[in-house]
Amino acid sequence: MSAILVAEGVYKSFGAVSAAANINLSFERDSVASLIGANGAGKTTFLNMVTGYLKPDHGSIRCDGRELTQHSPREITGFGICRSFQIPQLFHSLSVRENLLVAEGIAASDRVEEATDAVLERFGLAQYAMRPAGLLPEGIRKLLDVALALVAKPRVLLLDEPTSGVAADEKFGIMDLVMGAVRGAGVTVLFVEHDMEIVSRFAERVLAFYDGRIIADAAPQVALVDPEVKRYVVGGHA
Amino acid sequence: MSRDRTVPALAAACAVLLVATPLAPQWLVFLLAMALAKGLVVLGLVLLMRTGLVSFGLGAYAAALVGHRAGLTDAALMIVAGTVCAAVLAAILGLLLARYREIFFAMLSLAFSMILYGLLVKSSTLGSTDGFNLHVKSFAGIGLPAGSERRVFYAVSVLLVFGVAWLVHRFLASHWGRLSAAIRDNELRVEYLGASVYRVVYLNYVAAGALAGMGGALAALAVGHVDPETAYWTTSGEFVFIAILGGTGNVMAPFLSAAIFEGLRTVANQYAPNVWQMSLGLAMLAIIMFLPGGLWTLLRRRSAA
Repeated sequence: MSAILVAEGVYKSFGAVSAAANINLSFERDSVASLIGANGAGKTTFLNMVTGYLKPDHGSIRCDGRELTQHSPREITGFGICRSFQIPQLFHSLSVRENLLVAEGIAASDRVEEATDAVLERFGLAQYAMRPAGLLPEGIRKLLDVALALVAKPRVLLLDEPTSGVAADEKFGIMDLVMGAVRGAGVTVLFVEHDMEIVSRFAERVLAFYDGRIIADAAPQVALVDPEVKRYVVGGHA
Repeated sequence: MSRDRTVPALAAACAVLLVATPLAPQWLVFLLAMALAKGLVVLGLVLLMRTGLVSFGLGAYAAALVGHRAGLTDAALMIVAGTVCAAVLAAILGLLLARYREIFFAMLSLAFSMILYGLLVKSSTLGSTDGFNLHVKSFAGIGLPAGSERRVFYAVSVLLVFGVAWLVHRFLASHWGRLSAAIRDNELRVEYLGASVYRVVYLNYVAAGALAGMGGALAALAVGHVDPETAYWTTSGEFVFIAILGGTGNVMAPFLSAAIFEGLRTVANQYAPNVWQMSLGLAMLAIIMFLPGGLWTLLRRRSAA
């Protein structure tokens, strides 16, 4: 399998704080990787650099051979890289359906209304369709945020803590919906996650960040028992 | 889901206003013509407010000016010239303005407006402080009988307003209209979904400029005279006042609000000439405190009840 997303020698600092120190990663098509690490380890910074929100101080990030670091988030979305956010980024005064209509309209879907109704059904959002997004419970807001990211049918999907703030009995449901939506479509998924149950169940590969560095890059069953990962990320005795 | 009755209501209002053309007294025809003209400018403002921006506008002075300097005496050509001229001006200024938001957008827009005002006041070629009269002899090539001009311009205003309001209503219900509202809520997400916020704001600004130009041309035709006051910041502030008074809930709101504003001003000018601005200020305070969505929310509540 060939790599779709490649980061080489990526550095990023905020003053004296290093958020990325020589990050070298590549992600294959149709794969699922989880980025784990304590707060401030550099996970979201990495997503922000891939999507053009932040520019690396040094290094290269390429998607299908195309350099991303000089492009805006909008242009990078056009290259097929979409994301969801740790704090859901919705259109609060618009209804759930209107949120999706906006996304479908931008994605220039063939039949916008039908496509929107299909997404509402697929994500179990139909009962909330006419409710303003600003009045939704947190779990539904997360779900809508992820659904918006999927509308453009991305080749690379980045999810920033898709289950944070979601009730324990709903978090697997959200991930099942997302993985079900991308399964078989050749989508590469990177998700930032603090919940190791979610990581173990859905990730094929785990990248553990610490202090802007990658301290482990392996399958979940290997990475999660790595002494450094246990010490700095998962907690417990090394 | 409640049925949208905007288009039938617009058509009914248009019919009533047209029937009133030969029957209404001259003062009412003038008042309504001014309300329709100002409503058009405010409708453009509403487009900008949908994206969360407030423009003080550039006035529509240029509209009448083009007619005057080019020696045009046909009202239809003057309306077209005014609309196109204002749209072109907005297209040029919008290249810069669309990069700014909130108070910076409003202040920069105001600055351009005051530069225009300064040019008009200082230049004798542009009429200086006196402005100039409009000499209209025909409409779309048809000669106008003496004494009927104002009523013809009023009827034209009614038809134009109906057409424009219908188009803007369609626009607001379209993807582009939803996108404008989405930008007001969350620009970052719009960019992350792949749309250009700059492009949407820019095109809305040009559309608002065109509407301001058309409204300015209609007002100039109704009054028969233009002066630099139309480009002064207080005139722009008046449009913002009308926009807030009516709200952004429907395309009819700016016109209802403008009619109320013009009616209030006429009555207040007559009975309380020294304090009428204060009474308008108090009305604005009450609107902001009790009806932040504008007077239109009263009608929406009634129809929802």
